[in-house]
Formats: sequence, C-alpha cells, structure tokens
Amino acid sequence: MEYSLFILIVPFFLFLVLGLLGMKMKPKAAGIIGTAGMGLCAICASAVAYQYFFQTGMVGEEWQHLVPVNFEWLRFTESLHIDLGILLDPISVMMLVVITTVSLMVHIYSLGYMHGETGFQRYYALLSLFSFSMLGLVVATNIFQMYIFWELVGVSSYSLIGFYYTKPSAVAASKKAFIVTRFADLGFLIGILLLSFYTKTFDFGLLTADNAGLVTTSMAGGTFMGLSIATWALALIFMGGAGKSAMFPLHIWLPDAMEGPTPVSALIHAATMVVAGVFLVARLFPVYFFAAPDVLTLIAYVGTFTALFAAIIAITQTDIKRVLAFSTISQIAYMMVALGVSDYGGHDGLGYMASMFHLVTHAFFKALLFLGAGSVIHAVHSNEMSQMGNLRRYMPVTNITFAIACLAIAGIWPFSGFFSKDEILAAAFHSNPLIFWTLWAIAGLTAFYMWRLYYCIFWNSNKEYNEHHKPHESPLTMAVPLIILAIFSIFSGFIPFAGFISSDNVPFHTHIDLTVASLSIGAGVAGIAAATVLYLKKSDWTAEIAQSLGGLYRAALHKFYLDEIWMWVTQSVVFRYICIPIAWFDRHIIDGAMNGLAWATHRSAGSVKGLQSGQVQFYAWVFVAGSILIAVLVLFF
Amino acid sequence: MNILSLFVAIPILMIASLFLSKGIKQIRAIMVIGASALLILAATLVVLFIKERAASPDAEMLFTSSISWFAPLHIAYSVGVDGISVAMIALASMIVFTGVFSSWNMSMAKEYFLWYCLLSLGVFGFFISIDLFTMFMFYEIALIPMYLLIGLWGTGKKEYSAMKLTLMLMGGSAFLLVGIIGIYYTSGHTSMNLLDIANHLHIPYEHQCWIFPVTFLGFGVLGALFPFHTWSPDGHASAPTAVSMLHAGVLMKLGGYGCFRVAIYLMPEAAHELGWIFLILTGISVVYGAFSAVVQTDLKYINAYSSVSHCGLVLFAILMLNQTAMTGAVLQMLSHGLMTALFFALIGLIYGRTHTRDIREMGGLMKIMPFASVCYVLAGLASLGLPGLSGFVAEMTIFVGSFQNNDTFHRVLTIIACCSIVITAVYILRTVGKILYGPVQDEHHLHLTDAAWYERVSAVGLIVVIAAIGMYPSGVSDLISKSVVPIIEKLANI
Amino acid sequence: MIRLEYYLIISTLMFFIGIFGFITRKNMIAILISLELVLNAVEINFAAFNRFLYPNQLEGMFFTLFGIAITAAETAVALAIIINAYRSIGNININNINKMKN
Repeated sequence: MEYSLFILIVPFFLFLVLGLLGMKMKPKAAGIIGTAGMGLCAICASAVAYQYFFQTGMVGEEWQHLVPVNFEWLRFTESLHIDLGILLDPISVMMLVVITTVSLMVHIYSLGYMHGETGFQRYYALLSLFSFSMLGLVVATNIFQMYIFWELVGVSSYSLIGFYYTKPSAVAASKKAFIVTRFADLGFLIGILLLSFYTKTFDFGLLTADNAGLVTTSMAGGTFMGLSIATWALALIFMGGAGKSAMFPLHIWLPDAMEGPTPVSALIHAATMVVAGVFLVARLFPVYFFAAPDVLTLIAYVGTFTALFAAIIAITQTDIKRVLAFSTISQIAYMMVALGVSDYGGHDGLGYMASMFHLVTHAFFKALLFLGAGSVIHAVHSNEMSQMGNLRRYMPVTNITFAIACLAIAGIWPFSGFFSKDEILAAAFHSNPLIFWTLWAIAGLTAFYMWRLYYCIFWNSNKEYNEHHKPHESPLTMAVPLIILAIFSIFSGFIPFAGFISSDNVPFHTHIDLTVASLSIGAGVAGIAAATVLYLKKSDWTAEIAQSLGGLYRAALHKFYLDEIWMWVTQSVVFRYICIPIAWFDRHIIDGAMNGLAWATHRSAGSVKGLQSGQVQFYAWVFVAGSILIAVLVLFF
Repeated sequence: MNILSLFVAIPILMIASLFLSKGIKQIRAIMVIGASALLILAATLVVLFIKERAASPDAEMLFTSSISWFAPLHIAYSVGVDGISVAMIALASMIVFTGVFSSWNMSMAKEYFLWYCLLSLGVFGFFISIDLFTMFMFYEIALIPMYLLIGLWGTGKKEYSAMKLTLMLMGGSAFLLVGIIGIYYTSGHTSMNLLDIANHLHIPYEHQCWIFPVTFLGFGVLGALFPFHTWSPDGHASAPTAVSMLHAGVLMKLGGYGCFRVAIYLMPEAAHELGWIFLILTGISVVYGAFSAVVQTDLKYINAYSSVSHCGLVLFAILMLNQTAMTGAVLQMLSHGLMTALFFALIGLIYGRTHTRDIREMGGLMKIMPFASVCYVLAGLASLGLPGLSGFVAEMTIFVGSFQNNDTFHRVLTIIACCSIVITAVYILRTVGKILYGPVQDEHHLHLTDAAWYERVSAVGLIVVIAAIGMYPSGVSDLISKSVVPIIEKLANI
Repeated sequence: MIRLEYYLIISTLMFFIGIFGFITRKNMIAILISLELVLNAVEINFAAFNRFLYPNQLEGMFFTLFGIAITAAETAVALAIIINAYRSIGNININNINKMKN
C-alpha cells in the first residue's frame, strides 16, 4: 500500500506549487488545481480505506498495524530517532477518509465562498499545507512525527485564522490561537521527553505493544510529587491534546479563531484539527489505560466539565459562528469523556469506539453546520443573529441541510449523531452515573441551543430584507458540498463502527441500549421542543428568562470571564510583572553594571591624570624626591 | 596549497584587489566574485570532507598542515577541520556571500568592504586553526574591523555601541589570553597545537579548575553569556545590516565554537565538575533573553535579545556534555546563524525604506512589500521552531539530548529551557502581527517598494538553506555528530 | 694638597643648587643655567675621582671634556628652543610651555 504516500505528497506538492507560483496564476486556476489535487487525495484515501478494511487490514480477527512507508529522518541517539512514515490502522485510515472528504468539500465550497477575495491563491496554498500536515499527523508512526505535524497544523491554522491579515481582530485571534496551543504543546513536548527518556523509543507500535508493557515496566517506581512519572508524562501529553482540542481552560482560542474564513472554521476548527487531541489520546489509549489510569479519569472529568461549560455558553451567544464554536468545544469534550470512561478490550472498550464514532459523525455534521453558516453569512454579510431571520424563504437548500445537521447533532434517530452520542452515553452509563447524567443534560442543552440557532436564522421573524441586499441561495459550488455533507450526516450513523474500530483492534458487536437510547432521544426532543416554544416566533419570554437568571446569564454571555482572566494573567502578570522588570533589570542593572565599570575606569583615569601635569619642574621634583627616597631606603634598610 | 589556507588567501586577495579597484562597479564585482569563490570553496570542502572522512574514519581532523612561525613558543600556523568546523565554515561563507548583497549600496564602499574582508578573514582563520595562538590571533583580527564597521557605518548611538562592544569583547579576550597562556604552560609548554594538547598532554586538574572558567568566560562573552551579553543588543542595533548579519550570524558562533573546541575539549574534567555553574548562567540566558525580547520595541533589539536566548541555548547544550546535545548545539549555531542573518537582512531592508525600526510605527507591511514580509514570517517561524525549518531540528536535538542526562538537575534545567519555545512564539508573533499585519500605520509607507533583486538574492539564499536543513537534517546532523565523538570519549574517560 | 672631600662638597653644593634652581625657577634661561650647574657638578666629580682614585689613567678627564662638549651642544639646542618658544608665545616662562600636553 505504498501508494498511500501519495496522500501526503500531493497536498505538499500543491502547497509548494500554489505557494511559490500561485501569484503568477489566475485565482480560478489556483483554486481548481488545489481542488483537483485534493480530489485525487480523497480518491487515494478511499482506495486505501477500501483496501485496508476489506482486503489486507484484517488478519486473524484482528486489525493490523501496517507500516507501508517508514524512513529515518533524524537520529538523536542509538535508540531515539525521529522516523517519518505512514502507519495504517483502523483509526488512522478512518481519519484519512474523514479529513480528505471534509477537506475536499471545503475546497469545492471555497471556490464559491472565497470568490473574488484577494489572496485566493494563498488561501488554497495554505489549505493544502493544512491538509498535508493534518494527514501527516494522523498517519504518524511515532510520537515525534506526530509532534512535528502537530506544530505544522498549528501554524497553518495560525495562517488561516489570520487570513484577513489587515483586520486587527483576526491578527489578534491568530496570535492567541498559536500561543495558547504553543503553551499546551510545551506540555506535550515535556511529556514526550519524559516518556522517551524512560522507554527509549518514540514509536507508537513499541509504546502500545503488549498492553503498554514497555511503559509500565520502564517507568515503574519513579514518583514525583506523589504521582508516578508515567502519570506526569501522560498528563503532560494530554495537556498538548487539551490545547489543540480546546479543553477547559485552554479552550479560549477556539471561539476567537472564528475570525478566519468560514470554510476554514469548518475544516480546521470543527472537523479535523481540533479533534487532534482526541486522536492523540486514542492513539496512546493503551498507554493511558495501563500506565496511567488516573489520567484517564482526569480526562473524563475535564471533558465533562468542558462539555457542560461550553454548552451553557453556547446558549447565550448571538454570533452564529461562536455558537458553533462553543458547540464544537462541547462535542469534542464529549469525545474526550468517552475516552476517559472507556475500558480496554472487547465490549468494555465501548467508549473508545464511541469516541471515534462521534469524531466521524461530528466531523460531517459540524462541517455541514459551519458551511451552512458560511452560506448564511455569505448571503446576509453578518455573523449576528439579529441581522437574520426568516431566511428559509430565501435559502431553501441551506435551510434543509442546516436542519438535517441540527437534527444530527441533537441526536435524533435516525440521524448519525444519535448513534454516536448514544454509544458515548452508554459507555458513560456503565462507568459513572455523575458523568452520565451530566452528559445526558448536555445532550438536552445541545439540542436546545442548536435549534435556537436554527430558528433564529431561518424562522423567528417575518423580517423583510431590502431590495439591494436581498439574501439569495448560494451558488452551486457551495450548495453541492452542503448536500453531500448532509447525506453523510444522515447515513454515516449506520456504519457498523464496532466492526472496524475497537480499543484492542478486535471487532465486536454493539446493540442499542434501549434505556439509554430513549433517555437520549428524550433529552434531544425536550431540547428541541423548548427551543421551538421560545424561538420559533419572536417572543418576549427569552428576555424575561435571561432577566430572571441575572448574573448567571451575564457570566455565560461573557464566557464566564475566562478571556478576561487569561488576559489579566498574560498582560498583567506575565507582561507587567515578568517581562518588563526583566527588561528593566537588563537595561539598568546588568548593562548599568557594565556602564558603571566603564564609568569607574573613566573616573579613576581622570583622577590619576592630574599627575601628568606637563610641568617639567614638577616631574623633576618628583624625580629628585623619588631618588632621595630610594637612596635613603637603600642606605638605611 | 592546503585547501583550508585558501579560505584565508581569498579574503587577502580580495583586500589586495580592492586596494587597486576604482569605482563602485569594480568593487561590487570583486566582492561578488570573491564571496562566490568562498561559497563554492566551502561547498567543495564539504564534499571533499565527506569523501575524505569515509576514507579515513579514525582521523580526528582532516586536511591538517602546519607551518611553524615562532618556534620558541611552539606557535605554528596549524590548520585542520572536523565536521563541526566544516559546518561553521559553510555557514560563514553563506553569510559572507549574502552579506555582500545586503550591503549593496553602502557609502564609502571601498573602505567598508576592506574591513568586511578583513572581518571574514578573521572568521575563516579562526574556524580553520587548530593552534591556540593562531586561533586567538584570528579572533582578534575579527574583532577590530567590527569596531570600525559599527563606529563608521552604523546608525544611532554608534560610537557608544562600537566602543562598548569592542571593550567587552576585548575584556573577554583578555581572559582568553590568560587561559591560553595557562593552557600552554600547565600542559608542559611543549605545544600550542590543540590536538597535541588534547591527546598527548594533560593539564593537571587543579589548573583546569581555574583555566576552564577563564577560557569559558572569555569565549562566553562572545557567545552572549548572561550577564556579559549587553554588548549584543546595542551592538546589533547600531551596526549596519551586513555587519549585524555577520556578527550575529558568525561572530557570535566563534564563542560557542571556542567554548567547545578549547574550553571543553582540552579540559573535560573541569567541564564535568564546574559545568553546572555555567549551565545555570546559560539557562538564565535562554529564558531571560526571551522574556526581555517580549517588551522590546526596536526590531533589532528584539532580534538581539532573541539571539541572547538562542545563543544561550548553544552554550547550554554544549555544557550538557553528551553527544546528542552537543550535536544539537552545533545545529543550533548553524540554524541561528542563518535565521538571524535573514532577520537582520530583512530588518535592514525594512529600515532602509521606512527609516524606522520601531514596531509601533509600522503596520500592514505585508500589503506593501509582500516578498520581504513573507521572508520575515519564514524567518520568524524558523526562530520559533517550526518543523521543516532549521530551528526545530536544532532545538529538538538539544532538548532530547539534554534530557538524556541522568540526574534531575540537568533534566529540570532542560524543562526550564523548553519554556523558551513558548516565549519565543510570543515575541515573534507579536512582532509579525504588529509590523506585517493589521492596517497600514503610516501613509508614507504606501509607496514603498518591495525588495530589490540583490536583496532577494540574499533572502532567498538563506531561506533555501534554512529549509534544506529543516527538511533533510540527517545529512548535517551525521556530519556533526561523528565529530563530537572524540570529545565525548574524552569525557567518558574521566 | 686639597683633599677629595672639598671637591665633593663643592660639587654636591653645586648639584643641589642646580636642582633647586631647576625646580624653582620659572625662567627657562635660569633653568638652563641651573642645568649647567648640575652638569658641571658632575664633571667636577669625574675629574676629582679620576685624580684621586686612578691618578695614572685619564678616562675621567676625557669624560669631563666629553661632557663639556655635550653641554655646549645641549645649550645651543636649548637656546634655539627657548628662542622659538619666545617667538611663539612671547615669554619664556616654563609654566606656559604646556602646549604639547594639551
């Protein structure tokens, strides 16, 4: 399956071509080249997936780890070396398909959405760079390769968020995204250093083999501040994942990242890059499970909290992309929880499977939601809900596809979200009642805020738009991806996922747990019903409810002031109390000492220089006196 | 003639022909031809070295030759190279080459390039010498032109900066001279040759204990070791573009190279025992430089403090005393040399057009000069360690290498040094965001032109090398790591 | 016969008078004269020691003659300098001749 290498080479080559020669091309040509290349990639990925899942992947009832390509890139020591290669196993093949599909959709969609923008070529070059890095990340054979591509997706995300670089808010958002994730990556890096120091390898295969035997034996015994070294290492690695996947309290960059073009949000900040953290934990799942189960518990609680937290904020936001951003945070947290509550092996590993399942379905319906939102923004030129309403009359395709996505995310049977969410709830149900009931409540909240969003955009008022800015359905290049993604959002739930993906790579069977299923549908329906009552028509109740909630509402509206807290930490604490004093210290104390030394030399020279008066008689006097002194000393001592 | 001596001969020839030249065209022709000859020569040297290394894998230094020039003190003009010096020579020739293009429109070009050639002469001489005294002599040759280049062609407080820089570096070289004399006498005053001293003679431990700190400090001043780094911000800020490039790109590397080649190679016992003192200082350099860079508003100051941080990492890695970290140190010297040169070339370019280096007075340059801005972003990304560019390779080799030390002290320091990658990201993105993105700050900037062809040559040349190292690091890394082995063996035998 | 001590006393007196003059006088001619005194004191010593210690040899006498010749030459040079100094600054006060230092 060496041809899987093409999946990486094609986007990289596209990046080089579009990046270097793009300005010489017509924008349209650049767009079509980029899209065609991505199409090729998607075909390759599907072929790989077909071959893996239906021909070569399964050997003796177990999914294999295939490494068709691997070469040494940089050697550190005898045992430690960074390899670049391609690892094919169920989750990486699944990710290949998801990424190439969504990326292709976004490429096509952008032909229409970005039409006429300056820097169209640059946009496609960066999309190719992102696709390359993301694909490289998921097929990484070792943790350092993953880190390399991890940084690369970070930087392509940075460049794309800051695509409208003349807009200060976009620049600030891109900077924030990069720095926050960089901070998290520091944890990731230290985690890698710790892990590799003890195990003497970066290789995923060696790390996860034999129930992570290498990690548990090599790191046994070491403790630091009461926790084992393995716990520290894996918690730090999770910190990296939490940064990319926007877990509390490192989530603050994601809502701001919505400053980027909407298709970018769909691709990077909804479907692919932000699930890298989930993917990382899934990739190292055996290591987490056997070497540091405490960290998995931590992941479960962090995930639960983040999911709840983000869902509450999502209810109050009025910028449609921000609602979707918080919804993304909440859904990714769902996936994290599923990993956190999962056991290992067979049906016990349900959470693992559910997490990956939700990752796939979420990628489709969330990309659809974002692209739909993009279509709306394209039509009304605003992100604010107050500028929208009644759009169902003008944009039928967008309306229907958006509704499908909202049904999917609300978890209504038979849409895809129902199946994956149900598995997650089932996994939580068997593990921890507190987490289960919180997740259940969040399912209701999710349905509520998504339908609130839907109604506010497409129903709510009988708003009339003036003639000049009459909203219109998007062009075909934008509508087609919406329809394709809608089809995926409806049907991807029927994939027998447990047959392909499981924590120990042995297929198993799942069945719908009727209690959980009915509870989850109940929550979804309740949420939708509440939203329908409040938002289908414009009503005063919403304001009253907001009024009665008072402080809680205001806090949620301001995202619980976390941005302000972070701003305070970075601006006041780090900048004012660390950087400025250090710079002052450098200029005045260190440099002052050097200048002081020069000054002292100067002064002492000045005071000595009086002796060289130029008066010969004075010299003679000193000379004579000196001679006499020496003569006296010689004579008497 | 030994191929290495050509590196000294070509600058001398360039100086001679500059004396005879008339008119700016001739001067430029001489400089371009000479610098290209050096570049080609360096490339040839790399190829020859790899071949020769394959033929004689045991020899520590290749292409050695020696001419005695002061027999009573055993001073000889001895030359020889290993992988590290080859890497450094390649770096130096690259930067000398691009520096010529960056100083295309200098006033008083003849005098300027005369000193420039003398500076390159000193730099190349330093890297090829394996005789302590000759090495020291070339080091001094490199320092003096610096003073004149900054003092005459600089900007801002140029006299002050030139004087400060020269005095501090001279102070360092005073320590160095003491160290060299100490090495010569305590090793039995029979040889000034590095290899002889290292392999056949022995400096008693009690003497190492004072010579090592003195030598390390002497070279450390040039390598911007905290707290002797303050010449660097002022010096860089005042120097003309190409001089900043050469200075940060090559001259600061003399410090790291010297620490490595003289201080640690000749006195491994003391390095092992006393290294921790300097390790703390370099650890401070790394984090402190980065934090200081965050609040600077002058582009050159930002870069100078960033250099303090990155060069601190070089010394930090050298003191980790293991093969991976030392390889990383040399990689970092290469990488930092290239990317700082690129930075300074671009800052010179921007300053030449906007006449300001204050980041608060600039904005939106991406729209006005896209080529220069994209190069600046690339330089920034290399600096913050983006994979695919050289900075990542160097930093990761250092971090992984440093972390392989068994005791907690070294590992904790490594973690602290790791924090610099976040701070680096902060100041790089802050600068990039302020000057390149956002709305245009000053209307006068709207009519500025993008980079001219000669500026493009220097920027593209550097970026290609940075990307080449970043994408295919194992070639360079192997070249270097094999040459580190003799030192590691000596350290292992303590 | 005149004893050696008398010669030495007179030469010591001359020497210190010369030194005193050299240090205290401001007029350059006077300084020159003082210098002559110092030199002559030394020459007296040469002649006297030669006479008393090595009566059969003449090195001391020759040296005295040599010294006298040098003194003459030196006086000529010094006078030339003094005249030039007078021309350029209008007086011959030693304290005013510090242009070379400043």
